[in-house]
Amino acid sequence: MNTAMHRALAQTAPRPPNALSAALTLGWRAVLKIKHVPFQLFDVTVFPIMMTLMFTYLFGGALAGSTEAYLQFLLPGIVVQTVVFLTVYTGVGLNTDIQKGLFDRFRSMPIWQPAPIVGALLGDLLRYSLAAVVVLIVGLILGFRPEAGPLGVILAVALMLVFASAVSWIWIIVGFLVRTPESVMTSSFLFLFPLTFVSNIFVDPATMPGWLQAVVAVNPVTHLANASRGLMHGGVAAGDIVWVLVASVIVTAVFAPIAMRMYYRER
Amino acid sequence: MTPAIETRNLQKVFGRTLAVNGIDLRVARGTVYGLLGPNGAGKTTTIRMLATLLKPDGGSARVLGHDVAREAARVRAKVSLTGQFASVDEDLTGYENLVLVARLLGFAWRAARARAAELLDAFGLAEAAGRQVRTYSGGMRRRLDIAASLVVRAELVFLDEPTTGLDPRSRNQVWDIVRAIAAEGTTVLLTTQYLEEADRLADRLGVIDQGRLIAEGTSRELKAACGERTLHVRLTEAARLEEARVALAQVLGDEIHRGDEPAALVAKVERDELVPQALAALAARAIGVSEFSLAQPSLDDVFFALTGHAAEDRRTREAA
Repeated sequence: MNTAMHRALAQTAPRPPNALSAALTLGWRAVLKIKHVPFQLFDVTVFPIMMTLMFTYLFGGALAGSTEAYLQFLLPGIVVQTVVFLTVYTGVGLNTDIQKGLFDRFRSMPIWQPAPIVGALLGDLLRYSLAAVVVLIVGLILGFRPEAGPLGVILAVALMLVFASAVSWIWIIVGFLVRTPESVMTSSFLFLFPLTFVSNIFVDPATMPGWLQAVVAVNPVTHLANASRGLMHGGVAAGDIVWVLVASVIVTAVFAPIAMRMYYRER
Repeated sequence: MTPAIETRNLQKVFGRTLAVNGIDLRVARGTVYGLLGPNGAGKTTTIRMLATLLKPDGGSARVLGHDVAREAARVRAKVSLTGQFASVDEDLTGYENLVLVARLLGFAWRAARARAAELLDAFGLAEAAGRQVRTYSGGMRRRLDIAASLVVRAELVFLDEPTTGLDPRSRNQVWDIVRAIAAEGTTVLLTTQYLEEADRLADRLGVIDQGRLIAEGTSRELKAACGERTLHVRLTEAARLEEARVALAQVLGDEIHRGDEPAALVAKVERDELVPQALAALAARAIGVSEFSLAQPSLDDVFFALTGHAAEDRRTREAA
């Protein structure tokens, strides 16, 4: 047997990595995936950009007096929608890893067991941020002018990341439950469309029927959109931020333990 | 020294199906053991339980002295598993895949990069190192997958159908890798549907069918237990076939029939000592012989004798 093969087979194991190092390594993997498959990022930003163009130039004048005024109202909400839609990829990615057997490989390694999930979430945070930046840049080109400046925009995106990480846990569960990555995508439409459209992202809910207004009022996406507008343009209501944070904590508290249980459970 | 693998009445239930129905397995350290059986026989389920990816529903299994259910983490630290489908990230390059695995095993960045390069080199993948895995052929993917399981030396390597779907050249490359692993003293448990593969690689074989281990031993033992041996004789002159048949029948008994070729005879041999006498009987009549061989039954014969059905659909395999 050749010596290269002998050397290749004789490596002894170093000490297993600590939890942080394992999670960061898996986060690095997510970064590599964004680098190699950037289309996934553009795929998901095309739809919000299309919505922005359609709503601004078709309805903007009628809804807010001028397209320019409507864009100021719409764009923070569109960024919210973009980030919330992206959460589905947490489930798609997980499901793909399970189908491909990669998940088994990670699970059979002597690493901190939740590292694959945590690493995926870290990568997702980067993905959400990049998508938000893309949509914001398009908005700026179209004439979006956040009055509170860059800091307000950054804080708004940070709040979106908190909420999106919470929603990601739901997709992890879906990723475990369904058979193919495509079914994760399909199931997302049933959930994410109502979640983002039955909100105040596109229009002021004042003209909606009373029962729908009630739904819109409790939808955390409404509060996230409100808070984002407030943070980007100034004059944020503390109540909206608190509502989003509380909703994120509740969603995480309910779904993260279920997701981790499914993760540890044998399949 | 405890055996590498020892199971007692190992069971796994999926819904109402007993996927693994009481398997007693014993694999000595430093050997290559082949689990042989058709699709759905329970091979993969058995291997996944031994690699701690599934919990047994009954019985017990000890791997390298540790209980797979109670000491899963200790087992995981000593074994490596290469599953049935190449478990590598198709979006990443071959190099990045190995760096990722090395990092997860605790290598520092620099050491991880060096280790990845070393393995790519040894497994003949250096040229493809910078390409995304989705562009790899089946054989390259499989080699990368095995390399990823060998980033650190494991005491026990599980290979689940390592050559399924590979072309003959890739299959030979994988066989060489398995032999190299075994030469390092590592225990290997491999599953296969291919009788030839089990015969060539494994020191001992277990034949598994419908969740049960139905036979166990070396390839030679299995063959000896299940099939009678046959003597193949080819004459130089086809005209003397009948004369030869009579001569052989006096020594070997009446179970002699014509072979595939015009001048060939095939005889059942109950005792090996009779073989030289058979040759002498032909020589005494000056019957010229161009071929005279004693054949073991093939593992196909063995599997058929044990289960009453063939081990695999040969046509499917040849088409693949």
